[in-house]
Amino acid sequence: MSIFVDKDTRLVVQGITGREGLFHTGQMLEYGTSVVAGTRPGKGGEWVLDGKVPVFDSVKIAVEATGANTSIIFVPARFASDAILEAADAGLQLIICLTEHIPVQDMMRVRNYLDQKAVRLIGPNCPGLLTPGEAKVGIIPGDIAIPGAIGVVSRSGTLTYEVLYALKQLGLGASTCVGIGGDPINGTNFIDALALFEGDPQTDKVVMIGEIGGTDEEKAADYISSQMTKPVVGFIAGKTAPPGKRMGHAGAIVEGGAGTAVGKIKALEDAGVVVASHPEEIAELLKN
Amino acid sequence: MKLHEYQSKQIFAKHDIPIPPGRVATSPEEARAIAGELGGRVVIKSQVLVGGRGKAGGIRLAKNQREAEKLAREVLGMQIKGLPVRKILVDKAVGIETEIYFGITNDRTARKPVMIASAAGGIDIEEVAATTPEKIIRAHIDPLLGLQNYNILDLAIGIELPREHWRVFNQIAKGLWNAFQGSDATLAEINPLVITDDNQLLAVDGKMVIDDNALFRHPNITEMRDITTENESETEALKHGLTYIKLEGEIGCMVNGAGLAMATMDIIKHFGGEPANFLDIGGGANAEKVAMALRIILKDKNVKSILFNIFGGITRGDEVARGILKALEEIKPEIPMVIRLVGTNAEEGRELLANANMITAETLAQAAQKAVEASTRVIEEV
Repeated sequence: MSIFVDKDTRLVVQGITGREGLFHTGQMLEYGTSVVAGTRPGKGGEWVLDGKVPVFDSVKIAVEATGANTSIIFVPARFASDAILEAADAGLQLIICLTEHIPVQDMMRVRNYLDQKAVRLIGPNCPGLLTPGEAKVGIIPGDIAIPGAIGVVSRSGTLTYEVLYALKQLGLGASTCVGIGGDPINGTNFIDALALFEGDPQTDKVVMIGEIGGTDEEKAADYISSQMTKPVVGFIAGKTAPPGKRMGHAGAIVEGGAGTAVGKIKALEDAGVVVASHPEEIAELLKN
Repeated sequence: MKLHEYQSKQIFAKHDIPIPPGRVATSPEEARAIAGELGGRVVIKSQVLVGGRGKAGGIRLAKNQREAEKLAREVLGMQIKGLPVRKILVDKAVGIETEIYFGITNDRTARKPVMIASAAGGIDIEEVAATTPEKIIRAHIDPLLGLQNYNILDLAIGIELPREHWRVFNQIAKGLWNAFQGSDATLAEINPLVITDDNQLLAVDGKMVIDDNALFRHPNITEMRDITTENESETEALKHGLTYIKLEGEIGCMVNGAGLAMATMDIIKHFGGEPANFLDIGGGANAEKVAMALRIILKDKNVKSILFNIFGGITRGDEVARGILKALEEIKPEIPMVIRLVGTNAEEGRELLANANMITAETLAQAAQKAVEASTRVIEEV
């Protein structure tokens, strides 16, 4: 078992003919993910990657033709919100959006629309999902993680790789790794992922990687103390970040004294979460 | 991107929000001329992108043209929180009976815009929220439906606005919403919205912050950018697709990914050092970008050592290595450099750098310790 993606995932790649879309589709196929279709308006009927994946003009046609059940989005920011809505209206129930720099008002409209439907969005501005040994839907390098019983959920990309790699060095594997993304408005938050890990029989322990900005980590702390039985190890990036400065991610900013690393670490510790002082320590804490 | 008061008020005026008559000046003589056109008392307001202008003496009341010129000369020579005043707004002065706070921002938690009003206007709204939260009235706006009349009514009743002002308040609220939504703002604020001594509602101050990610569809707003108020290196970095933020420490950092860049700064501090900057070279960074990043880091004369932490995913280790070699050839830095390369093509990258006279490290913890050690060694030698 795992959460979100597994061997039954049938993936459609939106924006498959772009540089990133094409490269990472190749990587996902190599990992064993079943990529059944790609889309690019105006290029329907073509095939990419030596005839391995058919291209369709729209998600709706791709779904009808291939039975795709999950979408991953690689399209540029100015078209990304439209791509998410297109996937949702084509009936897909899981949408992973990697695109960075989507305007916040676009995401607010998208999120409020999706809330009226039975659809799960992961991201945007995230590295996607990896269920080691089963499926890779995103850009997390496949060889840095091995199958295991640790669930990983994170707001960051490369910092997540760092943690997966450190786990692997100590022989520890992951059940599923979920990148929820660094934007202020996203589809799936910490609590959503924590709840799924709590109910997943293959997951024994959970790693939660947060950062400054917003209040999602504090809310997750409330959830952990009241609802979770599985042990959680946490890490919060941005202890040295000055207030008022956006640290790369649109969502990573300390504003009006809220969203500080100190506040988040305290909330997690009060909820019984062991908080690591640096990324590699997460693996050491899980080993014990 | 922050807009100046005068720019924000220009946008407000386009959306039927009443503002006092006035214009921008860059010289005392110009201020005098504007004061003459307006007649009577005028307010001289420094245009800098920081709060607390009033307290710093950057907002002054002039009784006549001659005083307007004199005060304009004083204000134009000022520095407010380190920023030089290059422009002033000369507005017709009005008699103020009541000050109201009125603004819209995004509520991350509710995932909706929220319109906020308070009868305790004119001062820092965050302070009002902290000390007397009951004085803050909020109305969330459905982003799919837009602002509704009843949202505005809730606010008017909440701040006990006299009924005679409801009609104009409704017009101002709709204007503010249209300005906010139409400009892709993350903040649109009137503080204060005043009731004048002749019983008119008037936006005497304005502030807008625009979502950088949406500037592509607002070329007219992009032109308003005031780069004289921004850090030169940070602006230069952005042009090359790098995110750089200058800090006060002595250890320069070059990292791929925002989260990892923050974690790298934190671990430097954990081992007793201070980071000199945040720098995310982004995904897929090529040799050119890496060289540019290194030049930007080295412009900061406080930097005593540099830590490269690259976790290859999209970014390839050998590309980063080539970028470093290219930059070293050009710049020949004399400070110690620690490098940690992991992930895609890291092996090839390490081979390329074998003769580059850099300190290598296996783990992030080791890398940080070595960078801290190297920076203190240099200090001792000096």
